[in-house]
Amino acid sequence: MQFHKYDVVIVGAGGAGMRAALAAATEAGHAPRTAVLTKLYPTRSHTGAAQGGMCAALANVEEDNWEWHTFDTIKGGDYLVDQDAAEVMAKEAIDAVLDLEKMGLPFNRTPEGRIDQRRFGGHTRNHGEAAVRRACYAADRTGHMILQTLYQNCVKHGIEFFNEFYVLDICITETETGPVCTGAVAYELATGEIHVFQAKAIVFATGGFGKVFKTTSNAHTLTGDGMGIIFRKGLPLEDMEFYQFHPTGLAGLGILLTEGARGEGAILRNASGERFMERYAPTIKDLAPRDIVARSMALEVLEGRGAGPNKDYVLLDCTHLGAEVLETKLPDITEFARTYLAVDPVKEPVPVYPTAHYAMGGIPTNIHGEVLRDNDNVIPGLYAAGECACVSVHGANRLGTNSLLDINVFGRRAGLAAAAYAANHDLVDLPENPTTVVENQVSLLLSDHGRERVADIRTELQATMDANASVYRTEETLKQALHDVQALKDRYAHISVQDKGKRFNTDLLEAVELGFLLELAEVLVVGALERKESRGGHAREDYPNRDDTNYMRHSMFYKQGDSLKSEIRLDYKPVTFTRYKPMERKY
Amino acid sequence: MTAATVDRETSGARGDQPPVPDGAITITVKIMRFNPEVDSEPRWESFGVPALPTDRVLNLLHYVKWYLDGTLTFRRSCAHGICGSDAMQINGVNRLACKVLVKDLMSGGGKHTTITVAPIKGLPVHKDLLVDMEPFMEAFRAVKPFLITYGNEPTRERIQSAADRERFDDTTKCILCACCTTSCPVFWNEGSYFGPAAIVNAHRFIFDSRDEGSQERLDILNDAEGVWRCRTTFNCTDACPRGIQVTKAIQEVKRALLFRR
Repeated sequence: MQFHKYDVVIVGAGGAGMRAALAAATEAGHAPRTAVLTKLYPTRSHTGAAQGGMCAALANVEEDNWEWHTFDTIKGGDYLVDQDAAEVMAKEAIDAVLDLEKMGLPFNRTPEGRIDQRRFGGHTRNHGEAAVRRACYAADRTGHMILQTLYQNCVKHGIEFFNEFYVLDICITETETGPVCTGAVAYELATGEIHVFQAKAIVFATGGFGKVFKTTSNAHTLTGDGMGIIFRKGLPLEDMEFYQFHPTGLAGLGILLTEGARGEGAILRNASGERFMERYAPTIKDLAPRDIVARSMALEVLEGRGAGPNKDYVLLDCTHLGAEVLETKLPDITEFARTYLAVDPVKEPVPVYPTAHYAMGGIPTNIHGEVLRDNDNVIPGLYAAGECACVSVHGANRLGTNSLLDINVFGRRAGLAAAAYAANHDLVDLPENPTTVVENQVSLLLSDHGRERVADIRTELQATMDANASVYRTEETLKQALHDVQALKDRYAHISVQDKGKRFNTDLLEAVELGFLLELAEVLVVGALERKESRGGHAREDYPNRDDTNYMRHSMFYKQGDSLKSEIRLDYKPVTFTRYKPMERKY
Repeated sequence: MTAATVDRETSGARGDQPPVPDGAITITVKIMRFNPEVDSEPRWESFGVPALPTDRVLNLLHYVKWYLDGTLTFRRSCAHGICGSDAMQINGVNRLACKVLVKDLMSGGGKHTTITVAPIKGLPVHKDLLVDMEPFMEAFRAVKPFLITYGNEPTRERIQSAADRERFDDTTKCILCACCTTSCPVFWNEGSYFGPAAIVNAHRFIFDSRDEGSQERLDILNDAEGVWRCRTTFNCTDACPRGIQVTKAIQEVKRALLFRR
């Protein structure tokens, strides 16, 4: 066991984690000793896969203001957004983009040399009149540029990284004034050694859990580790039933094709060539928010208007954009279509279908990134930001580009808050035996206790989630999913890890990850079963309407014990309103 | 590197295999294995894997790990060529395993094909296909790969023309996968050479009109381990999974050194 002491420890080196680290190191007014722990290498995180852009009302190319952005975010989230948080995000978006430019991010430019902006789904002029150019972008690799720029600046400022350190637990110390977060416990992949990081403040920025689904845009490594750790500690998760399906995944593969393609003018068509979004969203058509487009695509297929030999996808038509726009503004997705489907978007439409993409829910925080320990109170010393967190700025459906914005605005806020907390507090003693949970977990998984294969359980989990808990859900399908997930949890107790070694044991790693996936899949399904309405990314065929009377509230999930199969208690938290009354959502 | 060969095409399976999809053919995946915990030297091991022509090589490696031998070790994450984790030598050429499809590697007739996979060369092997990236990352960090400016920052964004932005576009695509650097014979022989990836990232800032640190960076690259080691073999350009004109970028840095004020 190795022991480390820091002021601030950040878990995760994607956009939110590195933005938090930079804020703590360069903006806090003092320089707290900061370490970043990541289970990958920096620049491998999935922020780098984000493509289309990052919205901010810069008004560089047409009239815009942050209040319109706030409204779009709230309406886009089907009114489940905490409106104070959305206001903070839209207001601070402008500086967030300008900060990145000053750090060196190579945005595309207007003819005047300003940051260029493009249209994106659900972002509109004057409360829904028409699509607005709000997304700042760097071709179709905006996330790549953000990740690289943030890492470059971490190098510049000498931020300390612990690469391939897999955090498996946090330390919570009971004090006279209540529980306080005092550290994190990590498994070092290179050696199999366990490390304890005692810290005044811990920031979780561990990303999403898209790997509960089979068809997903998410990386193999996005297994909800951070959310799982928090949940196992008895701390709540919020709004986990709201999972976003991005409309345009490469059919059958799930690889993301940016909404920026439609921002540049690409059109979705069914088998007969019809621009079907005209029927579902007459004003902004293909640029409707993702939940609406994904549902429309699924309906086209269900009603027999799908394209292809099995009529199981629709087509993204970019052919009228011309080779130059594709090669200069959308080069990466053009290459993806060519490489993985052997389809050239310059010449023919691309087969697409919704792909599991983003968790709107996660670890509940306030607007300073402080993590809630119950519906009302925070746990001192613990912060979260990015996809793993739920502020909630995305409500029931996130607008495109608002995740890159979220990681920058709330990553920075969490970093600043953690640094400020560290400046004003002393280290608190760790609880007794801080490594017990992790040691037991690792030794149990490595012991001989069964013959179940990790890959089999994971494959079955992903299959049932795709079939029963994706774009459309019903009581029946969700009950099936719940039954399946619980049965898989039983089998998980008998998994066998073949690699018993200490050195880079990725076999063990995958087994641990699967445990988190099973945990979070059940939370998602339980939440979806209980929410008997359709709102944003949660579409119930048996309850097709939004029900503000009974369900205008956040779901709060609490784990009721220490075993994988412990009960989940569901509680509720009110939505914060400032100036926008819920309206019917039309585009 | 000498390596013993073990054939595990039929042995070593971990229980029942998943159903073989229609149209699958059996590919022999021959992998260079090395686990310093148990091996004294690297060895080749072969696995029979059912594969579709549209499968990525990464799928084949996953099949081996998930169903045949859980100890096989490699890095991967995004699985579509963006994160840069899974650079390896595939049939002797540096590639990302998630960006090479089986059909691109099938021999004539496509009946029985062998795909060989080995770790990228020139970096110490930690285990199987997983190498120590630290020397590579050190070279990257050494070239000051960040925007350097002096004086007060503007309140809004810096102005940059579209043409000035375009000037360094190619080298912004780098994902630090190390395909280029570990395909370079100079790097193989003298690991102290910065290598193509570091120079690409220096280029990205040297030719950025907003940057004021070019002279510092050029001084670093003028070093004995810097750009002059490049022998323009173009291996790096061929290896780059992002299509960056790596050799051209290195030549542009050399030219900038020759003609600098």
